Amino acid sequence: MADVNRGNRPLSPHLTIYRLPLTARLSILHRITGMALVPGTVLVVWWFVAGAWSAAHFATVDWLLSSWLGLVVMMLSLWALCYHFCNGIRHLVWDMGRNFDLEATQRANYIVIGASVVLTLITIIIV
Amino acid sequence: MVQLTLPKNSQIRVGKTWPKPEGAKNLRTFRIYRWNPDDGENPRVDTYFVDMDSCGPMVLDALIKIKNEIDPTLTFRRSCREGICGSCAMNIDGGNELACIFGMDEVKGDVRIYPLPHMPVVKDLVPDLTHFYAQHASIQPWLETKSNTPAKEWKQSIEDREKLDGLYECVMCACCSTSCPSYWWNGDRYLGPAALLHAYRWIIDSRDEATGERLDDLHDPFKLYRCHTIMNCAKTCPKGLNPAKAIAEIKKMMVERVV
Repeated sequence: MADVNRGNRPLSPHLTIYRLPLTARLSILHRITGMALVPGTVLVVWWFVAGAWSAAHFATVDWLLSSWLGLVVMMLSLWALCYHFCNGIRHLVWDMGRNFDLEATQRANYIVIGASVVLTLITIIIV
Repeated sequence: MVQLTLPKNSQIRVGKTWPKPEGAKNLRTFRIYRWNPDDGENPRVDTYFVDMDSCGPMVLDALIKIKNEIDPTLTFRRSCREGICGSCAMNIDGGNELACIFGMDEVKGDVRIYPLPHMPVVKDLVPDLTHFYAQHASIQPWLETKSNTPAKEWKQSIEDREKLDGLYECVMCACCSTSCPSYWWNGDRYLGPAALLHAYRWIIDSRDEATGERLDDLHDPFKLYRCHTIMNCAKTCPKGLNPAKAIAEIKKMMVERVV
């Protein structure tokens, strides 16, 4: 069939119109937390290195990381770590070919969110 | 490649609002994606009002009513009207559905209808599925055998036949593949849930004798491994199938044959 408009076709809308299910949102969150953990880890390493470097250096970094902004960043990184860890376990279960039906997936969504928050709180309480 | 925004020629403009049917008391608003290849304009979203008192319950009933009574230029694919042919796949209320078996009572507020996401549009709600079908063909969706052809049919035990349940029902409507963000960004090389579900259907068919070759073909960073278990495919499948699980089973077989 003659098809004269093949080159000019518009692309149908995607992200802007698709109602992403919770599982999909958590999936992209797994990537975001994974990426965010890189600068988070660098901050913690910086703190350690400063401690080994000199007292003055450590005082500066320690002041920065225990300022309210530093604390917020550290708390978020902590939660990102917990979330990435819990969701990572869920990916291992998926890799075994389990937990694929929709009810189980939805249940795991809530478990992962809940567990990441609980782990974060436990860590905050202990530390 | 991830490209979050639409190209210039694909950005959607506000469309026309079509007149309300006279004397109707029970109106429902439809916002429908339109694109005409002949006028050189960008896509737009038109607004239609449909009298629900004289309309069937499914989204396809409303589309046919609009085409018959309001706007005969509205273009969409449909055939069997009972979820068997897979022609009327489209994005309804943010999810990919078959319009013929998707009830309007499942939508709150205005009914928003777009073509299947991230596909080239032929006209209005009709996407170009050429590449999607080519990917299906690439997994060789037929029985591959090496032994001599039996005098009658290739036999299969009841247990082996049951392994195909949940796979053979796929009608290739493309709802799953076009719901998958991985397929949106890498659809040129990633086969997508539909083609992979079919690949698995032939891999585990007890009569098929090309399992190794089939797995070899899928052993590729893009064809198979762009699946990140986002699960949109299983969530959206109008036939209630689970392509994500089929893909996981292929990945498992890939590991098992090396270990």
